[in-house]
Amino acid sequence: MNIFDRLMSIDRRWVFLFLALVCVVIYASDISVKITVTDEVRKIYNFTDNLKPGDVIFVAIDYDPNSLAELHPMTYSIVEHAWRKNLKIIFTSLSQNGPGMADLAIRQISDSLAVPQEYNGVQYPARTIVNGEDYVFLGYKPYPALVIVGMGQNFRIPFPTDYYGTPLDEHPMMRGIQNYDQVKCVIDISGTSGVDMWIAYGQTRYNFPLALGLTGVMAADYYPYLNSGQVFGIMGGMLGAAQYELLADNPGRAYDAMRVQLFAHMVIILFIVMGNVGFLMTRKRSKL
Amino acid sequence: MESMTIGTFLWTALGAFLTLCIFSFLYKDNPLYKLAEHLVVGVSAGYFVIILWHNGLVPNLFSRLSDGDFYFLWLNSSKPWYLIPSILGMMMWTRFIRKWAWVSRWPMALYIGIATGLAIPLEMKNRVLTQLDAAMRPVDWANFFGNGYLDPISGYSHIIIFFGTIAALFYFFFSKEHSGVFKGVARLGIWILMIGFGASFGYTVMARISLFIQRIQVLEDFTNVAWGGSGAFLLIWFITFGIFVLLSIYEFIKYLGRPRNA
Repeated sequence: MNIFDRLMSIDRRWVFLFLALVCVVIYASDISVKITVTDEVRKIYNFTDNLKPGDVIFVAIDYDPNSLAELHPMTYSIVEHAWRKNLKIIFTSLSQNGPGMADLAIRQISDSLAVPQEYNGVQYPARTIVNGEDYVFLGYKPYPALVIVGMGQNFRIPFPTDYYGTPLDEHPMMRGIQNYDQVKCVIDISGTSGVDMWIAYGQTRYNFPLALGLTGVMAADYYPYLNSGQVFGIMGGMLGAAQYELLADNPGRAYDAMRVQLFAHMVIILFIVMGNVGFLMTRKRSKL
Repeated sequence: MESMTIGTFLWTALGAFLTLCIFSFLYKDNPLYKLAEHLVVGVSAGYFVIILWHNGLVPNLFSRLSDGDFYFLWLNSSKPWYLIPSILGMMMWTRFIRKWAWVSRWPMALYIGIATGLAIPLEMKNRVLTQLDAAMRPVDWANFFGNGYLDPISGYSHIIIFFGTIAALFYFFFSKEHSGVFKGVARLGIWILMIGFGASFGYTVMARISLFIQRIQVLEDFTNVAWGGSGAFLLIWFITFGIFVLLSIYEFIKYLGRPRNA
């Protein structure tokens, strides 16, 4: 058995071990890497940044805890950025295991604004985020397509009350807010097929500006919608989240993870090259 | 440590333990992995039932039928028509009785009819007409190279998208033998498809690594909660790796000692 045969028969567990070791060691080290920002992420940031205080945006937290590694950093950076700009937010969570996680995230982001901070050279005083004034969390309803269509007529049809049981009309923020016509954009942060429904039943039918935050697995499939103008921006996976964090001058877990991503990708490329060299050499030998 | 409660410690410790249980599958299937897996499925199902009850049935059906008073004033409701969807919903349950199973076809037919009527025009516009339009945009010669590499509004992007789409469609045209010029275009189509699959694969690798990094961060959170950020998470990881290495060496020795004809 020569070196190429050994390359072909290497136990996958050694690959896992080596990759995990590299990830942990790099994570524990102080190495930092630079990342560049793509146009599709910058457009989402610029759109949000150019809105006026008091404008309402809609953020759909459509993912389960199994996607939070990639999508939570997007939610945190976008929502924190929007609240710093004094925007008001309507939240939903149309993924069946997501509402509790979304509620926790909203509370944690609210807490993070309770201390003064400086972002992009601008001082932001501490502020208290108030349910009903700064945001409304509508929660979950089954059958996302019908919920999205229903909200296009009136938010109160699928959601007579918010997630906490308060009728929507009792929230000061919801006065004059009937449907998507009163929101500046919808940002769907999704790890499910719900994103197809937001495009088909939401954007196509009601023609509102739509931006997407997607898991890495999904991201490449949705670029045709960017090209066609059906969505105005896409954040793909943890890299998209890191780019938004960088733009918002709020580096968090996604930005911190990019150095690990870099070295992990190098290890994977190394293994792909080794595997292909082993495959080609053993095939060449078998032809002789 | 001063702000940590016992509850925080226990939940974080449980999360860390279950994380390691799931990772143990990378070595091989085992009871700890099964425990964590079954726990995820069970908790998810239980959670969903409660969410559905409190976010679906209570506000959208019971509250409307009882005008805000829960449950028992249904007959006094000012919106009695909400009984219709509730009856349709109950008709679905007849699937469990063989003799009456046909009744469930009525609400099913209504649901599928509504969904189809809603979907066909929107999906036609969304996935066909708008995408056709996007693939056949006139080339903007004044902005041929755009503002940077692969600028989606540049002229050459439109040319690549147009010819790439045509070539990929050629590959799936099986009514004619793939030979001559047709074969060449179909091969270009395969390349276009492979580039698309490669982009998806690259993103998928990033996604999987992201999940692992997040778990590293969670284990660091656990050690920060338990030992006040002393970097002890490294110790946990290296102990885990050590166990993994010892088990792998054991498997390797077993592999060397296997019967030759096995």
